[in-house]
Amino acid sequence: MAMTDNQKTFTHDDDSVVVVIGSGAGGGTLANELAQQGIDVVVLEAGALHTTADFLADEWASFAQLAWLDTRTTSGSFRLARDFPTLPAWIVKAVGGTTVHWAGASLRIQPHEFRALTHYGEVEGANLLDWPLGYDDLAPYYDRAEQRMGVTRTNGNKGLPGNNNFKVMYNGAKNLGYACNTGHMAINSEPRDGRAACQQRGFCFQGCKTGAKWSTLYTELPEGIATGHMELRPESHVARIEHDESGRVTAVVYFDADGNEQRQNARLVAVAGNSLETPRLLLNSASEMFPEGLANGSGQVGRNYMRHMTGSVYATFDEPVNMYRGTTMAGIISEESRHDPSRGFVGGYEMETLSLGLPFMAAFLDPGAWGPRFTGALDQYDHMAGMWLVGEDLPQESNRITLNHDVTDRFGLPVANVHYDDHPNDIAMREHGYRQGAELYRSVGAKDIYEVPPYPSTHNVGTCRMSERPEDGVCNGYGQTHQIPNLFISDGSQFTTSAAENPTLTIVSLAIRQAEHIGQLMRQGEV
Amino acid sequence: MSSSPISRRVFLKASGGVLAGTLAFASGPIALLAPTRSWAMPLDNLSSRQGEVLLAVTRQIFPHPDLEDAVYAMVVKSLDRQAESADFYQVLHEGIVELDEAAGGDWLALDDTAQLEILAPMNGKPFFATVRGDAVVSLYDNSLAFAHFGYEGEEGDGGYLTKGFNDLTWLPDPPQPEGGYLPFEEPTA
Repeated sequence: MAMTDNQKTFTHDDDSVVVVIGSGAGGGTLANELAQQGIDVVVLEAGALHTTADFLADEWASFAQLAWLDTRTTSGSFRLARDFPTLPAWIVKAVGGTTVHWAGASLRIQPHEFRALTHYGEVEGANLLDWPLGYDDLAPYYDRAEQRMGVTRTNGNKGLPGNNNFKVMYNGAKNLGYACNTGHMAINSEPRDGRAACQQRGFCFQGCKTGAKWSTLYTELPEGIATGHMELRPESHVARIEHDESGRVTAVVYFDADGNEQRQNARLVAVAGNSLETPRLLLNSASEMFPEGLANGSGQVGRNYMRHMTGSVYATFDEPVNMYRGTTMAGIISEESRHDPSRGFVGGYEMETLSLGLPFMAAFLDPGAWGPRFTGALDQYDHMAGMWLVGEDLPQESNRITLNHDVTDRFGLPVANVHYDDHPNDIAMREHGYRQGAELYRSVGAKDIYEVPPYPSTHNVGTCRMSERPEDGVCNGYGQTHQIPNLFISDGSQFTTSAAENPTLTIVSLAIRQAEHIGQLMRQGEV
Repeated sequence: MSSSPISRRVFLKASGGVLAGTLAFASGPIALLAPTRSWAMPLDNLSSRQGEVLLAVTRQIFPHPDLEDAVYAMVVKSLDRQAESADFYQVLHEGIVELDEAAGGDWLALDDTAQLEILAPMNGKPFFATVRGDAVVSLYDNSLAFAHFGYEGEEGDGGYLTKGFNDLTWLPDPPQPEGGYLPFEEPTA
């Protein structure tokens, strides 16, 4: 039986409901939190409902099953525009959103990172800004998110057991004087919350078949539905948000599974479509009153797109590693995540174990490459260890999501164009990370080192950023848009800066905080 | 890379749309999976010779000296399937004609080095990009390739918790708590 079979339903003309667009880390969590307060919620999810039993231990087949493959276009000087011109991001189109695919790393943004402008100062070419909320404001919600998600090494949850890839990282880290452990992961290290312990399948990116990894798919969404205050509508692709003469949003227009246009009235709308679709939707909702798109009085909708400084280091050894066995990312070094401009860049980065199966290793090792160096790496596949570098990416106004009016989706809507140029700070940080990663692996006997360029982005943030002043961003510290009081941004689009850490824990924490705030505003009759 | 694998290892029959060969490594991981040492693959849209050229082209683009032709044939199979489209077929056909013309008749008859000298400058053209783009997926996304390169694929579906996720012994085991705990192991630190 599908989780939606006996759920409470709401009529399309019911204008008392909150409509949440997207069911991932932001939308799924927000919807459950609202439903727990007794607030009626309709969740519109573009993707289909897959259960854990549907997940595939097959990289390409799973990609076809889960990835958001609707067309996007790219421009700018970043390498992805050449390697994967129609796939700038690797995110999920399914119930649960990208929490189906994520690796589970759950790190808090550091206090100084919430004050990036204050701590780093003005950086040429960057559009740095302090968040309108600080670490202390979010700390209680981080506590709640870690509790709910069962993050290891918090709340008495023991660390996950290290796999082979971790053993290589740990020993190299020790040689470099780095602290290293199996990380703060939202993956059960023992049975917990009705979900199994991690079985070390190594298919974290393909959907966790045992449910050991937290995903809204089998936590927040069924819990929300169980309250009787939430309706989940899969395969509901939102086209635009409508408003009344007072400028308040009133309805959401979407295409259902059969391609028929539907209109759901709403008391309040929360957008959580990931940082590409969220601004696209606001821009596609332009009207006479809001000719530049909804909530875009500042002109900042779509701008400051950040995708994290990323890159990978793979190394080969005389002895076998079999890195693909076991939890993909349970191995983290945070020592380079500090702000230390003496390294030649502001902000910092994390080093996290990563492995790809043979098919994806071929696809992503060096896109476009051929010949003996490329094949020499794959010849050593089972003797290979790997890590991902993920660090702060500076906001730039010109890195942005715009509408591409020359390319439309199957509903005739302009697709998102992703424009991105690397900032010199990102390049300096990536080079530093490559060097440190290589040195780490060489210290334990690496033969060949492969510096691997960024994959299609899994971390997409910014584009509707929070700001103290309306002219600097799109929403306030609660995700409420500056221009439209009953329109909220509820995903990573809110991020004022990217910080170094994997974004999901912060998205969930912000959603819990936002739900509390929306509940208060509704009780006070303000929205 | 090694000297010409085609002539040495494989007997290719040019009998109207069949690609065939014999396994080169009788005791390799692929031989263990294969019911017999000889193999044959019917082609629906490409001629036998076109199949042979495409196999050799793929070997030049992704040279793995010890990888059986039976695995490279997966690429030919994938290209053959797509060659049902006339446009796709035309790209392959024209590329093969260009190779042969540059070789003065028969590109396949050239030795390894001479083949590569003709093929390499075609990088960036539709023929090269089409074969490379398909091969980077189809060559490495099949169970024979998994066996060859040491990836367990769907065999990992049940999890490696008791099947070697932490069986690396050439480095010291990390201490606890850094190295974590098995699901039913009590934390000691």
